[in-house]
Amino acid sequence: MDLQTFFAMGGYAFYVWTAYAICLVVLLANLILPIAQRKKLLRELALKQKRQR
Amino acid sequence: MFLVPDFLGRFFHRMASPPHFYALTEKLMPWLTALFLLFLLPGLYGGLVLAPPDYQQGDSYRIIYIHVPSAWMSLFIYMVMATAGAIGLIWRIKLAEIVCISSASIGAGFTFIALVTGSLWGKPMWGTWWVWDARLTSELILLFLYLGVIGLYGAIDDKRTASKAVAILALVGVVNIPIIHYSVEWWNTLHQGPTVTKMDKPSIHVSMLVPLLLMAVAFKLYYLIAMLQRARLELLQRERGAQWVKAMLEDN
Repeated sequence: MDLQTFFAMGGYAFYVWTAYAICLVVLLANLILPIAQRKKLLRELALKQKRQR
Repeated sequence: MFLVPDFLGRFFHRMASPPHFYALTEKLMPWLTALFLLFLLPGLYGGLVLAPPDYQQGDSYRIIYIHVPSAWMSLFIYMVMATAGAIGLIWRIKLAEIVCISSASIGAGFTFIALVTGSLWGKPMWGTWWVWDARLTSELILLFLYLGVIGLYGAIDDKRTASKAVAILALVGVVNIPIIHYSVEWWNTLHQGPTVTKMDKPSIHVSMLVPLLLMAVAFKLYYLIAMLQRARLELLQRERGAQWVKAMLEDN
């Protein structure tokens, strides 16, 4: 199967790929946001602790 | 607890201790991620490439590989959230409260995905983005329950009190779960009946079923990874003044 027919999805490309894209965005956001927030919190706490010494 | 083997009791006791939980989840993460990819990649390849087009729906049915696992997860995570909430409510275990609230945003995410992908599948197949039928409406209520839990938790400053309130809301909302599950049988709906969990034989070919099951396992592992990541954030926010956090910051 060539790539063009794969991406065409038998004429349903818009529906299939939009569904997969939205799924990807939501799952990535739910994974990356808490990690980024925790790293930020760790930096803040470390800075506060340094200042107190 | 004579019913629980000794090593298991010790394991849960250690897991319930914040510093151990924080350290252990960090060590577990690469293994869980590898396992997740081990199920996700073959699942996607099997579903998008290997499985043949449906004889009625053509290639549009391939949305099933994210739609159905997401819908399953939306129910599964709700039950985990309500159970963890109940455990936190009864035994005041801090980690159970954290698992409860950490599940909410991931459950909301999966519910949203189930609704949107269902809509994107419904448009070409049913000719409409949305109908107010029993399955779709009860799933939408599930999304509002998740959002209610997240909003309520954010509105109460004291997180121990917030956890109690959230657990009660989650437990009340459990009545919605069997309604969603049986909605396609109790009511005459546009949504198709179950194809996989039928008692006799699943009405889906094995080349289509295997990727679906792989994706279902992959999504379960994703939930575990994402929930643990949120739990680590939640734990750190609550324990920011604790000695183990100070010692950990000192080490880095």
